Amino acid sequence: MLKLKGIAAASGIIIAPAYKLGKEELVVPKQSIRDDEIPLQIQVFEEALIKTRREIIELQKKIASGMAQEEAEIFDAHLLVLEDRMLIEEVISRLKKDHLNVAYIFSEVLKKYVEVFSRIEDEYLKERISDINDVGRRVLRNLLGKERKGLEELKEKVIVVAHDLSPSDTAAMYKQNVCGFVTDIGGKTSHTAIMAKSLEIPAVVGVQEATTKIVPGDLLIVDGSMGAVIVDPDEDTLRLYQEEETKLKGIAEKFLAVKDAPAVTADGKVVRISANIELPDEVTAVKLHGGQGIGLYRTEFFYMNRKDFPTEEEHYQAYKFVAEEMGGSPVIIRTIDLGGDKFLSQFEMPKEMQPFLGWRAIRFCLARPDIFKVQLRAILRAAVHGDLKLMYPMISGVEELQQANKILEEARQELSREGVNFRKDIEVGAMIEVPSAAMTADILATEAGFFSIGTNDLIQYSLAVDRTNEKVAYLYEPTHPAVLRMIRNIIDSAHAAGIWVGMCGEMAGEPSFVPILLGLGLDEFSMSPQVIPEVKYIIRSITFAQAQDIAKQVLKLSTGREVEEFSQKKLREIVG
Amino acid sequence: MALVTKNLIVNNKQGLHARPAALFVQVANKFDSRITVRREEEEVNGKSIMGILMLGAEKGSEIIVEIEGDDAEAAMQELEKIILNEEY
Repeated sequence: MLKLKGIAAASGIIIAPAYKLGKEELVVPKQSIRDDEIPLQIQVFEEALIKTRREIIELQKKIASGMAQEEAEIFDAHLLVLEDRMLIEEVISRLKKDHLNVAYIFSEVLKKYVEVFSRIEDEYLKERISDINDVGRRVLRNLLGKERKGLEELKEKVIVVAHDLSPSDTAAMYKQNVCGFVTDIGGKTSHTAIMAKSLEIPAVVGVQEATTKIVPGDLLIVDGSMGAVIVDPDEDTLRLYQEEETKLKGIAEKFLAVKDAPAVTADGKVVRISANIELPDEVTAVKLHGGQGIGLYRTEFFYMNRKDFPTEEEHYQAYKFVAEEMGGSPVIIRTIDLGGDKFLSQFEMPKEMQPFLGWRAIRFCLARPDIFKVQLRAILRAAVHGDLKLMYPMISGVEELQQANKILEEARQELSREGVNFRKDIEVGAMIEVPSAAMTADILATEAGFFSIGTNDLIQYSLAVDRTNEKVAYLYEPTHPAVLRMIRNIIDSAHAAGIWVGMCGEMAGEPSFVPILLGLGLDEFSMSPQVIPEVKYIIRSITFAQAQDIAKQVLKLSTGREVEEFSQKKLREIVG
Repeated sequence: MALVTKNLIVNNKQGLHARPAALFVQVANKFDSRITVRREEEEVNGKSIMGILMLGAEKGSEIIVEIEGDDAEAAMQELEKIILNEEY
């Protein structure tokens, strides 16, 4: 038995024999060609490029569903390299000049680029070299009429061991008999790690001696959560991991089995599990994971990366798209939350000493009703296409809520006068993320249709801690008694006034906090799509009475750590 | 045929790399005009990702964009926007 340590790249445990994927040796012959063979060589080159392009698009499609932007972009970069004019022109001009076969010329030109790029001191360019090599090998294979040996012919489940894996190699593993992988090099953010995560294959990277210490056929245990690889395990270790593997597999299956089921407790209390999104396209992932609505639709991206302001029509089209895609399910649009760490590129925002306590979110919108109203009008118009709601960020007192509603009313009247179709009875809520709002929730509840608790800001404002500052980050505790009491106060005040409460901060998607929040009476949980199945499972595995009991008990505890430990223990009891 | 030339200071956070470089090339390819980009001694085709990357244009470096063709004006407008955008 041998234990190797690496970097945990994609979690999960898998036990299978090792399959070594060697470096591919492509031997490129050097042949002279005659003048009259040049047109044919150019044709061969063009055909190879077209074939490669088809392959890449095919790969992209194959892995497209459920994948994030980042992974798809890897292949976009590949396509750009493939269509590169400079590269193509250089190959063709050298073909005419040197009178050598196109495969040889292509490999020489490729080498030249790789050399130039490796000389430039730049992390990003260094990474691109692997892209260029990856695409280049594909083109060469097609020029030489060769197939990439290996992955496609796998008959049994294996763990792939390689020095490094190109994005193409990794993508080819998709749904093949590859159930894990180990590489010599790479880090947490390398292409391989990103791909592994989205393919949901356990992976350990940066295991320096993997290819030297592992022999094909060796039985391997890959623990992608701990970053460990065990080669040829002894019986006890094997049994231990087999149990763990079975358990994890069972749990994952249990979660997925309920993803489309209603979020209802064993004793019949119904809540809503929604998702947070930023881009309209993300609704696909929301539906895929069983989301019952959008609890937070961030709209800042409209204003980023541009010099002019988005038009009402741009807003409208995006909101209409999301509303229609989600069918009749509720979609909550958060009006622009700019400032803080999100700056407008449209005009100079003044530099502030403490941007998080400064001119941002609703404060900015109230000062610039001209900008604010464009968005409000678009939301009102789009709301006829589905169940759209809107909420204002960073409300700190009731006057702000009243002022914002006044501008909303102006927008309604404008639309009315113009004879434009819009929804008159849109539900309007307030985000509760400032301690003053949490403490005056009863007052705010008289003016709001619902609340949505933004825990990230609420925690940092309440505990006076910037969690990006590593010296004080340990103080950022969602389980701090002050935070829990505030949440209780918000929910109780809202229910007393007859309105509902959601939560769209990270806390809502943290499994161990779900029973507490449920017990406190939270009506809607909104989180990133991937965690939805697990949260649903937890809610369906517990009774509301149990959850209320857990909430009651944690509120008696005096430190965040105690709450954390207690909730972890309870979660294990519930999920098993 | 119009010929438009402009000296620009790269304002992209990470320089004319990564996303801005890819975007630059994608946008450049929408136009028929011939697009040349120069930095110091290096001169490259503005429609080539390899070329743009090889410039190694960091934030703050000066580049010269030269566009020749019927849609030169429009091309310059769009490309300038990309180079001057700090967010990328």
